Formats: sequence, structure tokens, C-alpha cells
Amino acid sequence: MGELGTGPAIETSGLIKIFGKNRALDGLDLTVPAGTVYGVLGPNGAGKTTAVRILATLLRPDGGEARVFGHDVLRNPDAVRGRVSLTGQFASVDEDMTGMENLVLIARLLGYRKPGARDRAGQLLEAFGLTDATDRQVKNYSGGMRRRLDIAASILSTPELLFLDEPTTGLDPRSRNQVWDIIRIVVAHGTTVLLTTQYLDEADRLAGRIAVIDHGKVIAEGTPGQLKASVGAGSVHVRLRDASQRPEAERVLSKALDAPVQLEADPVALTARVAGEGIEHAAAEQAARALSELAAAGITVDDFSLGQPSLDEVFLALTDHPATSEETAA
Amino acid sequence: MSATTTETGTTYVPAAETLGAVLAPGARPQRPSALSASITFGWRAMLKIKHVPEQLFDVTAFPIIMTLMFTYLFGGALAGSTTEYLQYLLPGIMVTSIVMITMYTGVAVNTDIEKGVFDRFRSLRIWRPAPMVGYILGDMFRYTVASLVILVVGLILGFRPGGGVVGVLAGVGLLIAFSFAFSWVWTMFGLLLRSEKSVMGVSMLVLFPLTFLSNVFVQPETMPGWLQAFVEVNPITHLVSAVRSLMGGATDTGEVTLVLISGAVLVVVFGTLTMRLYNRK
Repeated sequence: MGELGTGPAIETSGLIKIFGKNRALDGLDLTVPAGTVYGVLGPNGAGKTTAVRILATLLRPDGGEARVFGHDVLRNPDAVRGRVSLTGQFASVDEDMTGMENLVLIARLLGYRKPGARDRAGQLLEAFGLTDATDRQVKNYSGGMRRRLDIAASILSTPELLFLDEPTTGLDPRSRNQVWDIIRIVVAHGTTVLLTTQYLDEADRLAGRIAVIDHGKVIAEGTPGQLKASVGAGSVHVRLRDASQRPEAERVLSKALDAPVQLEADPVALTARVAGEGIEHAAAEQAARALSELAAAGITVDDFSLGQPSLDEVFLALTDHPATSEETAA
Repeated sequence: MSATTTETGTTYVPAAETLGAVLAPGARPQRPSALSASITFGWRAMLKIKHVPEQLFDVTAFPIIMTLMFTYLFGGALAGSTTEYLQYLLPGIMVTSIVMITMYTGVAVNTDIEKGVFDRFRSLRIWRPAPMVGYILGDMFRYTVASLVILVVGLILGFRPGGGVVGVLAGVGLLIAFSFAFSWVWTMFGLLLRSEKSVMGVSMLVLFPLTFLSNVFVQPETMPGWLQAFVEVNPITHLVSAVRSLMGGATDTGEVTLVLISGAVLVVVFGTLTMRLYNRK
């Protein structure tokens, strides 16, 4: 297939999927270049899982087109299946079986002969630090171990494209770091990764490009830097000693930062976006200036912090509505 | 980043060298054959039995209770003696027990389908019906166990089949072959219905009339005409007649053929419906 190697790993145009009254995908256009980590960022119910399931040939779209390495997911699903692996949001391993049995099962289904399947499974268990848990049932694994076994199963025969659907949701920070390291190594060896996540931080750390999706559509696309620049470098969070000073603080901050100030539910807290022109120093300088102006105005600040923009802030900036999930994908 | 990867793996640090060594892009083995993939799923079913042996309760205790219950409940009244009744009842009770157990295929499909592992199976490049065939292959082991249990109980109680070893084995073989076909009804319901409970509910609705409104317990001649008409078209009736004839040593080729044909029809109809649902899930 001539398009291999040069063309994009994934191309979708106008992809539509409807569950009842809910348009889970409402004209999704994605182009994922091969050989990179591509982040799909969005809140619950944005359509991330639906998109992954269509691309992995698990779900039929109601409209639009989707191609994986040039192969149409509807017309040539087997060609797609031969090139992709899926690690779903819920562990795609069998709880009742042991780690070894799980991997041998998948290896056999990929076409490994019996001795080869066992060897291959053993190698992967070792590479993923699961040798000691080889003969233990997966239901006795920790969340991190389960996730690693899951990814191991996905790369038993190294796929050209790996779908990771919220691979770190529910993991502790250490396990999350392990998964991040694994993803980096897998990509370095030539596999394209489509990573869905709810965390801007995660997409920022791993992805070369990010698509932000909401209500089944791409609302922003670009490198993490471009995306953050469009949102602002971050937010200044201020806590005052005295709630009565808040209106004055609001006025000072909005003038210093030239940005609207948000009053939090907590009567002493305020938040403001820092534009920062996409350069972190600029943001820090602006924030420092704002702080000194608060002091000059005689306002006592108890706590002050400059944070990376959160997913909520990205959403506020891009859509003017927060990233809450009014509906959940079926 | 190396030597500390011991213990349970909580201190695991992914190492570029070890991980990189197992990554081999492009080196995919040949797609497995339909048979190989189905057998692999059958192996999975066997592993599940190994890890959760309690599920064999359905194929041991249940058939024993069925056999004892009906032998002693009806034996005296219907045939004068339990031993005499047993010669008539045993093939029928064996059919009833096994056909009733087939519904667990639907329960297993239903409980599995919502789990992430099923998504993985469905995203693999394998013969599409293989996971379903695998379930049924595993269940055929259960049917075999149940048949043998009933046979042993029967022999102890005084069942003396005229067909001898060959006849009995042929009877059991036919029963298991039919059960394979009948299981496709349950794979369909397993995929169609929302919960395990509804699968159980529907299965009772299907199985009770099919097994009881047949010639398992009594000769149909004593029944009212409309009921005889149903019993006559009920495939279980023909299965019981065929198994009885094989075990009794007087093979009724017509009935055996009828059972094989109805089995084929079941596979074609419900296998197709199952795969349609499976592909659309």
C-alpha cells in the first residue's frame, strides 16, 4: 500500500455518530501525522471514546469518513485491525486470568504459535516489570500493574498505531509516570499513538499535537505551545486576608493584567487569566507586577499563585463554557 | 534506571533498553486460521473453568438433582416402578438438563460483552465468529461433564441401555452436537439483552415450555390434541426420540436426521443473527 510511511496515520472528515438524541460526534475532522503522539483532549462526553471506537473498527459511524493509514474503517476493517491496537478506558484484560494467560491468549489470536506465544508473553511481562506477577490472576493486580499489562497486550505484536483511551485516569502519580515513560519509548520506536485525555498537563507532556474536542467537534488544534498561547499562559490565583477588600483587588488586578477577573465562590478568592503572549517569563513578570500593585494599593494578600491553564480554563477560553459534562458518551 | 525493578513491580521503572528490545514494528505474525482462533477462545473458556471452578456446580449438582427428583417423583405413578421409568426417563432427563444448561452461554456472553477485554477481541484481525464459537466450545465441555454425571447416576439407579456403549456414546454425541447448535440462540440473547437477569428471564420463558411440553416425562398420547400438536413440532421431542432410540439400540434414522437438520437450521438462523448483533455492538 503506497500511502504507507508518507501519509497521515489517521484522517477523518465530517465524522458523525448519533446515540439516540445525543450527537456524540458532530462532524469530527482529524488528521494525525504518523510517528507521533497525538493528543485528543476533552471533557467527559466530548466524544473522545466514540472517536477511538470508530477508528478501532468497534463502532460504525453514522456519517463522514475515517481512514487509518489510508484504509477506510468501514470498507476495509481487517486492514485497519491488522495495524492498530487498542487499550481501552476500562482495562482490556481478563480479570479472572493470570498475566501470562492474558498475554498468551492475545499472542495466539495475533497468530503466534504456541511456544512462540509463551516466549513473547514472557518477554513482555519482563519488560513491563510483571515477571513476579506472571501467574497471579489479574484481579489481584494493582491499578498500575493492570494498566501496564493492558499496554503490554497492545504491543505484543508492535502496532503501527496504538490507541490509548485515557490511559492514566484513576492511576496514582507514580503509575501515571510509568505509563508516560512507556508511551515515550513506544513512540520512539516508530509507533503512532493516539492518546485521549482529560488532562491538559498530560497532553502537554506527551503529545506533539493536540486536538481539543467538545460536543463531538474539534474546537482547536495545534502544538501544545500554540494551544496554550491561545489560552493565555496561565492564571493568577489570589487569596485576600479581608473579604471586604475584594472589589478593590478586583479593580487593581483587572487593570494590571488587562484581563477580566473571576470572583470565586470563596469570598476572599479571585482568579485572573494572564495573557503572557505564550512566553512563560512574560506571564511571571505580569503576575509579579500585579502582586506589587496589590501591595501598593494596601491590599493584604494571604496567598498568591501562578498556575498553568487548566482544562477548564482552556475550555473557558475556547468555548466560553466550562468543561463540565452535561452528557456522557454512551 | 535498571536494578530496582524487583518485588511486585510497584518500583518498576520503564527502561528504554528492555522495552525497546521487545518492540519490533512491522513484525506481525500471520493471521490465525478460523479454527485456531476459535480453539484459542475455547481454551480461554477452559481457563475460566479452571479459575472459577464453582461454575461446574451447574453441570454436576443440577443434573443429579434433576435425575433423582423426576425418577422418584414420577417413577411409581407413571411406570409402576422407578427402575422401569428410568429406562424411559433417563435419555429425556439428560436432554432436559443439557438443553437447560445451554443458557449459561448467553449469561457468559452478556457478562463479558460490557468488559473492556471484549473491545480488544473485537479490534483483532481474527475470524469474526471465533469468540462466540469459543464460548460454545468451552460449554461443550460442560455438556459432556453433565451428560457423564447423569449417565453415571442413571447406571447406579438401574438404567440399562440396550444400545450398549456405542449407542450411549452416539446418543450423548448427538445431544452435544444439538446443544452446540442450540447455544447460538443464547449468544444472540446474550448480545441482545441488557442484563444477565433478563437473559435468565428469557431463557426460562424459552426453556420451560420447550423441555416440559415434550415427550421427556410422559408419552404424548395422554395429552390433549392441541398440546400434542405442539409436542410434535417441538425440536426437543425429536431430539429425545433420537437419543432414546440410539441409547436403546434401535436407531431411528428419521429422527436422527431431523435433529441434525434442525441443528443446522438453528446455526444458520441464530448464528447469523448473533454475528449481526456482534458486528453492530
